[in-house]
Amino acid sequence: MAKETTAAAVPTKDRLLKALTGNLGTYLIVVAFFVIIEAMIAGKSITSAFQGQLVPICVYVSAALSLNLVVGVSGELSLGHAGFMSVGAFSGAILSSVLMDAVPDPALRLLLCIITGGIFGAIFGAIVGVPVMRLSGDYLAIVTLAFGEIIKNLLNNLYVGHDAAGLHFSMTDTTSLGMTNGTVVVNGPQGAVGITKISTFVAGTLLVLFTLFVVLNLMKSRSGRAIMAVRDNKIAAEAVGINVTKYRLMAFVVAAALAGMAGALYAMNFSSVVPSRFDYNTSILILVYVVLGGIGSMRGSVIAAAILTVLPETLRFMADYRMLIYAVVLIAVMVLPNIPAVASLMEKVKEAMPWNKRTTAEEGGAQ
Amino acid sequence: MGMQFTRRNFLQGTAVAVSAIALAGCGNSNDGSGASSDADSGTVSGDTSGDAFKLGGIGPLTGGAAIYGTACKYGAQVAVDELNAAGGAQLELNFQDDEHNPEKSVNAYNTLKDWGMQVLIGTTTTGPCVSVSKEANADNIFEITPSASSTDVIGGQPDTDGNITEQRKGNVFQMCFTDPNQGTASAEYIKDKNLGTKIAVIYNNSDAYSKGIYIKFKAEAAKLGLDIVSETSFTDDSATDFKTQLNDAKDKGADLVFLPIYYQPASLILKQAKDMGYAPKFFGVDGMDGILGLEGFDTSLAEGVMLLTPFVATADDEKTKKFVEEYKKVSGSDENPNQFAADAYDCVCVVKQALENAECTPDMSASDICDKLVAAITAPDFKYSGLTGEDMTWTDSGEVTKTPKGMIIQSGQYQPLD
Amino acid sequence: MDFLTNLINGISLGSIYAIIALGYTMVYGIAKMLNFAHGDVIMVGGYICFMTLNALGLNPLIGILAAVVGCTLLGICIERIAYKPLRQSPSLTVLITAIGVSYLLQNLALLIWGANPKVFPSVVGGSGPIMLFDGQLVISMETIVTIVVCAVIMVALVLFTSKTKMGKAMRACSEDPGAARLMGINVDTTISTTFAIGSGLAAIAGVLMMSAYPSLVPTTGSMPGIKAFTAAVFGGIGSIPGAVLGGVLLGIIEVFAKAYIGTQFADAIVFAVLIVVLLIKPSGLLGKYVPEKV
Repeated sequence: MAKETTAAAVPTKDRLLKALTGNLGTYLIVVAFFVIIEAMIAGKSITSAFQGQLVPICVYVSAALSLNLVVGVSGELSLGHAGFMSVGAFSGAILSSVLMDAVPDPALRLLLCIITGGIFGAIFGAIVGVPVMRLSGDYLAIVTLAFGEIIKNLLNNLYVGHDAAGLHFSMTDTTSLGMTNGTVVVNGPQGAVGITKISTFVAGTLLVLFTLFVVLNLMKSRSGRAIMAVRDNKIAAEAVGINVTKYRLMAFVVAAALAGMAGALYAMNFSSVVPSRFDYNTSILILVYVVLGGIGSMRGSVIAAAILTVLPETLRFMADYRMLIYAVVLIAVMVLPNIPAVASLMEKVKEAMPWNKRTTAEEGGAQ
Repeated sequence: MGMQFTRRNFLQGTAVAVSAIALAGCGNSNDGSGASSDADSGTVSGDTSGDAFKLGGIGPLTGGAAIYGTACKYGAQVAVDELNAAGGAQLELNFQDDEHNPEKSVNAYNTLKDWGMQVLIGTTTTGPCVSVSKEANADNIFEITPSASSTDVIGGQPDTDGNITEQRKGNVFQMCFTDPNQGTASAEYIKDKNLGTKIAVIYNNSDAYSKGIYIKFKAEAAKLGLDIVSETSFTDDSATDFKTQLNDAKDKGADLVFLPIYYQPASLILKQAKDMGYAPKFFGVDGMDGILGLEGFDTSLAEGVMLLTPFVATADDEKTKKFVEEYKKVSGSDENPNQFAADAYDCVCVVKQALENAECTPDMSASDICDKLVAAITAPDFKYSGLTGEDMTWTDSGEVTKTPKGMIIQSGQYQPLD
Repeated sequence: MDFLTNLINGISLGSIYAIIALGYTMVYGIAKMLNFAHGDVIMVGGYICFMTLNALGLNPLIGILAAVVGCTLLGICIERIAYKPLRQSPSLTVLITAIGVSYLLQNLALLIWGANPKVFPSVVGGSGPIMLFDGQLVISMETIVTIVVCAVIMVALVLFTSKTKMGKAMRACSEDPGAARLMGINVDTTISTTFAIGSGLAAIAGVLMMSAYPSLVPTTGSMPGIKAFTAAVFGGIGSIPGAVLGGVLLGIIEVFAKAYIGTQFADAIVFAVLIVVLLIKPSGLLGKYVPEKV
């Protein structure tokens, strides 16, 4: 107790450790990763396979962070999060094609696309969020799943093109777009086509840092505390006068906007993007990253999303057994820590770690 | 609370272990043309001595579309084994899984690049192929796909209003018919042979292949004066119950149902039509091939089904018989190969022939090989006769010119429709 | 006539969703867990039956029995290895583990049976469809059998949970596991039994689904699992009649949407109807609204 009130008595080493294990540490991990990778790229010691995954890693990290805002901070199970990524991806792709001549600089165009993705993500987040906030628990989960599937079905039927006369939309086919000598941007089940790849690892890292910034600051702010109060005990929060619906909706819309931005970054990394890419399987995939990293732990989301994106690829040498191993690892990571024998073994290992030993000794000394 | 921390530590431990593996994999770097990394070779077959041309293959080996990827993998392998045994420049094949997912497909492509791939046979399915072909185009690696039939794969094909979706990617070629060509050819066939007066179409609205064929079919049918009375669709998520669609066709009096879909949903449609006592003529496209090979399928249901296909596994000619035999050995099962396997086989053979014509050697860079192959394959005197067509030629557009064969299923066998 | 045909088709599709939803709702109601692997247990049931019928050429009834026994054993194994250690964990953890089990089953099936679709021989035997009104209305044998089996199972489950000791124990566990334990009920065994029954039901659902739509691949169980989960929630999760009602209604809505509105947007419409209903009645059609007590 005395340790916490007298700042001077706290050793700088401990303070540094505390800062590093806090939010600052998370930012540092992202920046460190970026620096290491850039060094590897410069030194040409990086495989094409890994280099090609850098942007997807950033996308999934951002998506996981945004979902953690809904699941961890707001305490709701959302199974349709990929739908917001989808909306962001398609709106970003359309904008990129339309602005191809007006904004030739790829970095600037990418920024505009990401912002557009965020805006559309937020709009759909509000459309979905308003009815959904009336529900809770598994009913909310099902409704978010339903919305995700509706978005996918609608996008499968969407045709968008532009020519000299402007933008054209259709829900049937390209001919009914009524254009001549134009460019088809969204081609129904073929999705967004002809995308020029403008996403970069730099942009991805910046998006991750931005997402972290938004989420972490939201958590620390008054609104964030209100959201967490609602999560922990809805009735008590209501009794204290917190507007439950407003704060739950806020978390949901912010998360949807961030997911939309991640989606736009994703779309600009591939020359085509199909609506079925963002179905409930993808929503569940991101949910797995969030749970594995620790619900509510932003650093956990960053690490888990990055590793689990790369893991299936590193297992390629296992050929036929790759997905099987992945499934077994997933189950093991969830189940093993809960088996008493394994748990006590790990406790012993944890206590044996040098940094843990040192702290307990010093704590004993300072008392 | 205690449990939570323990899992996080467990996860951190796993994280360290996995990062170690991943970085070890990254450490095996590659500057483009020579060094191969063993950790990344998935299913490598053929001559691995290092003196061979490196052929990469990509297709779905797991997931919902696994039938097609595995067919391409085994078909290509049969070709590689056969050509290597015959002597001359040796080939080495490395086939990677893409789970019918464009993102994983690009990952597979990059993995193959690290391995030192010089020519790409793939990808099997359209969606991933559009993304991968863009990458191959940027890296100037020659690509020939056995079965990705959308025009977005080769690019540069405007629709009837002159609208373009993709620019032409000069390094990409197709062994299969393009979707528009199949749609047009089907309409022409139906009109020529007077196969039906009132036509119904059931297509897959979530599949670019199916929708692409349907749209072109509809346009051509309008030109030829064919009467389409019913147009219904389904999606991958609801590909089991077709009674509503069949009812619509039946009520509108359709005597021919056009099915630009794959054989798995087609098998269900045939059964459900029979159950409801509806017996129109059925016309399919190359996706219908494989229906007779379905384990346990009652082939009497397919009696009278007509389709356009480039390959028939039960044909009598020597080439086909030999291929079927070798395929069964390589795949380790008794099931006949479908046209995907045959297309992959032909792809490898065409590449070999073009490599020889262009006088390429295994020590050349992928980009040099690409330029030479493109010139060789589009040369006016280049033609190849294989399992899926006679005297096939290619033009700058990337499309193949070959004649579709019309077949009809009778007594559980394909018979020529002519 | 069209209306009747579509109605019959809807009921036939819906009754399959209903049987799957019954398994979901049982497990959720009692163990409070969303078993995402349920759809894949169905797929395994289908494969076991297929192997018995095709490879060994045995009687369909033996095939069904083999599937039920196989799936029940599988369910018990999964529960013991993957779910039991997580009894005290938050429900999200169990959900993710269930997803892992789902991937595991799909990939094992792919390795064992391969990717090529298997055509399932109908267990309903050779009798043809019933034709009414001069052939204008067709009802297949599979439909009738499915509807009958669904009704029988529903009645059996309701009787089981209300009359038998084990059934009452299940209801007690679902209401308040702590109190149940104090009453001397072995909660662990009860939950394990629930899983076993749920998996057995999945096997029957698998066999019937495959008889109606005879095309089996390792990913066959995935979408029906999601749709049945939707149906279970729609009808009120935890309620046995609710699952049946939800399943049948979902099937009818799906067919009607395809027939009267358009096949292109059918999926979107089905889910939209679901959302509208849940907004009006947030706990599902037959679900109990449990007020949160402070």
